[in-house]
Amino acid sequence: MARLRRPKFLRNGKATAGALILLFFFILAVIGSWIAPYSPDATGPDAVVGPSGAHWFGTDQLGRDIYSQLLVGTRGVIVVGFAAGVIATVLSLVIGIASGYLPGRGGEALSVISNVFLVLPALPLLIIITSATPKDGGWIVILTIGLTSWAWNARLLRAQTLSLRRRDYVEAARATGESTWRIIAFEILPNLTAIIASGFVGTVVFTILSEITLAFVGINVSEWNWGTVLYWAQSQDALAQNAWWWFVPAGMAIALLGTGLALLNFGIDEFVNPRLRSGGRARVRTRAGRRLRMRVGFTPVLATVEEGEAR
Amino acid sequence: MAPEQTTAVLEAEGLTKHFPVRGAGRDVLRRGAAVHAVDDVALSLHRGRVTALVGESGSGKSTVARLLAQLQTRTGGAVRLHGKDVTVHGGRRFRAYCRSVQLIFQDPFASLNPVHTVRYHLTRALRVHGHAGRTARELEEALTDLLGRVRLTPAEQYLAKFPHELSGGQRQRVAIARALAARPEVLLADEPVSMLDVSIRLGVLNLLRDLKEQLSLAVLYITHDIASARYFADETLVMYAGRLVEGGESETVTQSPAHPYTRLLIDSAPDPERIGSAQRAELDEDDLGEPPSLVTPPAGCRFHPRCPHAMERCTTELPPRFEVSGKQWAACWLYDNGSPAPAGES
Ligand SMILES: Nc1ncnc2c1ncn2[C@@H]1O[C@H](COP(=O)(O)OP(=O)(O)OP(=O)(O)O)[C@@H](O)[C@H]1O
Ligand code: SF4
Ligand SMILES: [Mg+2]
Repeated sequence: MARLRRPKFLRNGKATAGALILLFFFILAVIGSWIAPYSPDATGPDAVVGPSGAHWFGTDQLGRDIYSQLLVGTRGVIVVGFAAGVIATVLSLVIGIASGYLPGRGGEALSVISNVFLVLPALPLLIIITSATPKDGGWIVILTIGLTSWAWNARLLRAQTLSLRRRDYVEAARATGESTWRIIAFEILPNLTAIIASGFVGTVVFTILSEITLAFVGINVSEWNWGTVLYWAQSQDALAQNAWWWFVPAGMAIALLGTGLALLNFGIDEFVNPRLRSGGRARVRTRAGRRLRMRVGFTPVLATVEEGEAR
Repeated sequence: MAPEQTTAVLEAEGLTKHFPVRGAGRDVLRRGAAVHAVDDVALSLHRGRVTALVGESGSGKSTVARLLAQLQTRTGGAVRLHGKDVTVHGGRRFRAYCRSVQLIFQDPFASLNPVHTVRYHLTRALRVHGHAGRTARELEEALTDLLGRVRLTPAEQYLAKFPHELSGGQRQRVAIARALAARPEVLLADEPVSMLDVSIRLGVLNLLRDLKEQLSLAVLYITHDIASARYFADETLVMYAGRLVEGGESETVTQSPAHPYTRLLIDSAPDPERIGSAQRAELDEDDLGEPPSLVTPPAGCRFHPRCPHAMERCTTELPPRFEVSGKQWAACWLYDNGSPAPAGES
């Protein structure tokens, strides 16, 4: 499957654009602190000066280089976002699929647990926890978001698993004699790719925005990230000083990363859902108004395209 | 050939399945309400013979197939493989059971996983049952052999294809090949052609018949098309609202039906001679009126609300099997002049 899909996947324009944007930020996350011209904490004589050859994105109230702050801050944003995304995705996978596939009590119990987590307010919780723990905010953010934000995806996965396990091909795999874990891993899981991937991307977006929000409201500003830059800009009245260079680049970086993730999400959706992918070319509309899809084998057969059928 | 002459591979006796009713609904107010999907079904499948199970939609045909395949647990009765009562839920013993008894699903557009190739489906079935051989070459030979059996040649052309790249008929052939990979003795075919285009139904039925001959399979052919039962099956059983109402040699049952329900079925089928007209010959529920509720099935004979010959006792007493001729029985009080045929025989 992967063998056949990867090249096709990259033929999707949205997915490619999203992947390129992400790649750009990944590279920055790795090399950002090396290519930064200054230390983000190094103060200088020129306070609140606009962009120049020496300071591309200008300086802040202590004369620190904002370009360097953004470059160094990229790593924190990316690492925290993706680490929390991985934790939440793994949790939602295990709990969602198990609660959808296991019959009876076990499944119900897991479903109740995810409903409880669903109403846990992640951001307020995060504010409470991070302000109570003074050091090393990054890990706290990763764990808090990772452990609290899996429930929505788990619910989606449970619903989809419940519907997939009723499909004939799952029953046919059982009738062939396949074991339960094999059915879950090889018959059901591949058909959940879209939900898993978009859930992952959604959690990453949520985590990044939460982390930036935290820094922006002044919690966890000891480590540099884009929110820290915005926090200083806000607290020093950058807008009133007309110091646009202080917050516009950070805002643009957030918007660009968000766009990249959203494009990737659309691309995944279109790619995994063949009905969006084919763009209607293979379909014909009969005079009666029914939608049909042409299939050519050694006997031409007209088959009705059914709602919600992934093929 | 009478069924008594060969021993049955797979037998069912008193086969019963009640689905508990859950959720909202008026019937649910009573505790223990259940859908009586299958009640007291007895049948036996013999090698090299096709037994047809005919009935309208919702009469419980698929449920019988699932119970025989042990994909669902039965509420009551016995399923005997080679004379031994077997109940398996899964695991190793289920694997051993399904090596002998394989099921083909109605909808070939749903029974193959859209993310897997033909090669994957067939390889898995071979592997699970230990017929994949030890080397890559042996596996390749086994795959080619399987596709050859269902007449998808040359095999290389089909192995790399995904289900959506195949026609309905080709998909159903792949599904049949997957069932054959277990080298079963019994094939349960749940409406194997009803989702296919009329023009290719005959091809698939003929393929099943040839496979039955070559591999001496016992076939249960489930259909709602009584014309194709005559064409394809040695023996025909008619099912109504979860119960068998008539059975016997296909020719006799379809040409001189005894049970009032079977007669209605055949009258609603315009031309049983022509299999090509199978689509029109399918049961038309409008002609037959509403099927009864399976949650509170009618007392006595379940057909009595719709039966033109219904008598007093039909509303209270359940008719047992009566022998109509040596080749035919019917569960109907109209035939209560002979002695009741012993249950469990078909
Ligand atoms: N898992 C289930 N839970 C509850 N009720 C069920 C279940 N499976 C089947 N039934 C009910 O049992 C009855 C018989 O269903 P079954 O699928 O066996 O009919 P069928 O003869 O195969 O019909 P069709 O020709 O439409 O396939 C139906 O009323 C159906 O609603
Ligand atoms: S038993 Fe009575 S109601 Fe049932 S089919 Fe025979 S005559 Fe009709
Ligand atoms: Mg059915």
